[in-house]
Amino acid sequence: MEIWSLFFYEFQRVKKVLKIYLLLAGPGLIVMLADNDAGGITTYTVTGAKFGYGLIWFILLLLPVAYVVQEMTVRLGAVTKRGHAEAIFDAFGTFWGWFSFLDLALVNWLTLITEFIGMTMALSLFHIPPAITIIIVSIVMMIMVLQGRYWTWEKIAIVFAALNLVYIPAAFLIHPSWSDVVSTGFVPHFPGGFTSTLFFFLMANIGTTIAPWMIFFQQSAVVDKGMKEKDIGWGQADTFFGSTLTVLVAIFCIIVTGTVLFGSQIESAAQAAQILMTTSPYVGTLIAIGLFDAGFLGAICISLASSWAFGEVFGWAHSLNLKIREAPWFYACYFIALVTAGVVVLIPGAPLVLITLFVQVIAVTLLPAALVFLLLLLNNEDIMGSYKNTALQNIVGSAIVVGIIILSTFYGITTLFPDILV
Amino acid sequence: MAPIGTGQILGHLISSLHGFRKKISDINQRYAIPKIRMSKWVRLTLFVLRLYLIFLVLLLGYKFWTLVR
Repeated sequence: MEIWSLFFYEFQRVKKVLKIYLLLAGPGLIVMLADNDAGGITTYTVTGAKFGYGLIWFILLLLPVAYVVQEMTVRLGAVTKRGHAEAIFDAFGTFWGWFSFLDLALVNWLTLITEFIGMTMALSLFHIPPAITIIIVSIVMMIMVLQGRYWTWEKIAIVFAALNLVYIPAAFLIHPSWSDVVSTGFVPHFPGGFTSTLFFFLMANIGTTIAPWMIFFQQSAVVDKGMKEKDIGWGQADTFFGSTLTVLVAIFCIIVTGTVLFGSQIESAAQAAQILMTTSPYVGTLIAIGLFDAGFLGAICISLASSWAFGEVFGWAHSLNLKIREAPWFYACYFIALVTAGVVVLIPGAPLVLITLFVQVIAVTLLPAALVFLLLLLNNEDIMGSYKNTALQNIVGSAIVVGIIILSTFYGITTLFPDILV
Repeated sequence: MAPIGTGQILGHLISSLHGFRKKISDINQRYAIPKIRMSKWVRLTLFVLRLYLIFLVLLLGYKFWTLVR
């Protein structure tokens, strides 16, 4: 009898904890799964085809990296009730404020174009013309924000985020040798030696793990959700859960291409899906759906990150809890970004490859500044009070930030001058 | 309803631009003084960040120059 009452008590306790988590979950989960956007999925797909399971251990190392950086945005947002763009203006003045804001607007808009490219490529595998994809996606994205509640937007976004997990069943469908996955993937080593190509791929994988928009997005989302200091613990749990899922998706994506396409010359996730559609139709279809979803998830987060930043800086009403007539400029920014990015993709002969490369380079100019400001703000007692970074958080955070800056700079340089690595 | 003339549209555009310029100068005034305590460490970090950005701009400029050439 006592065991049953204990079991019932535990069940009720877990149920209550889950209920609270589901109420407070969102920003961390969404931003982390949106981190696996079209560019991210392409990177993991190509990594798997090039190195098999050999770099899975490296992807695992990216879990704490993503968590440590994004956790800081939760605390900063919950304590200051301000987005990152506004926080930079306020703390560091107009030079750094305008620099970060304009750079963010540019890099977000260019990244939005790459998300549209990913979505159109994915749906073209189902014979859907790019114009139809862009029109439908834009309409769905507009409907998502126009219902006037952050909560509703967030729950719809979580459904799309969950779709990002299709790579897990896809990996099971191809029946990989799990013992090979464990013995090759989880033992740190450099497949084929530490070559320039391998170095480029390591940098590319780090580049997809932390992007500038993620910092701005999560902090603004925490503010819009109305999270307070007492919710920080839940926000941290949400971010950790999200980081775990994003790494899991990346690993399963690598397992898929590492199993069936290892050694093939794959250049994009769409190409991988196309090849797989002829050999394993279900897996190919899942990869294509995953790529579309990745682009969609990235697009909804990136366009919102820009709109929140515009609202914060210009002092316009900027919340998904407001109707269109209450926050016209906030929604105008969102729509303009969407429509213009979509139009660029449809322009015949538009330099889409150049845009994709340019995104990586421009992101490198913003990421170090955004990360450094994050660390400086989190160390300021006047701003953070008792929630400021501890010594251990500073040591870990600084090491990660310095590492990201060095590797992303190398990544940007090698993108600009590919011959350096030869 | 009287048709809207080109002059009216131009006038509206000019007043919108004027409003936008005023908004920018308001922002510049509001955030003119950085609120963060400028300790030696903060100053040094911001200085290194400036140098880093100058380096990146020079690299981008060099790339652009090699492309044009």
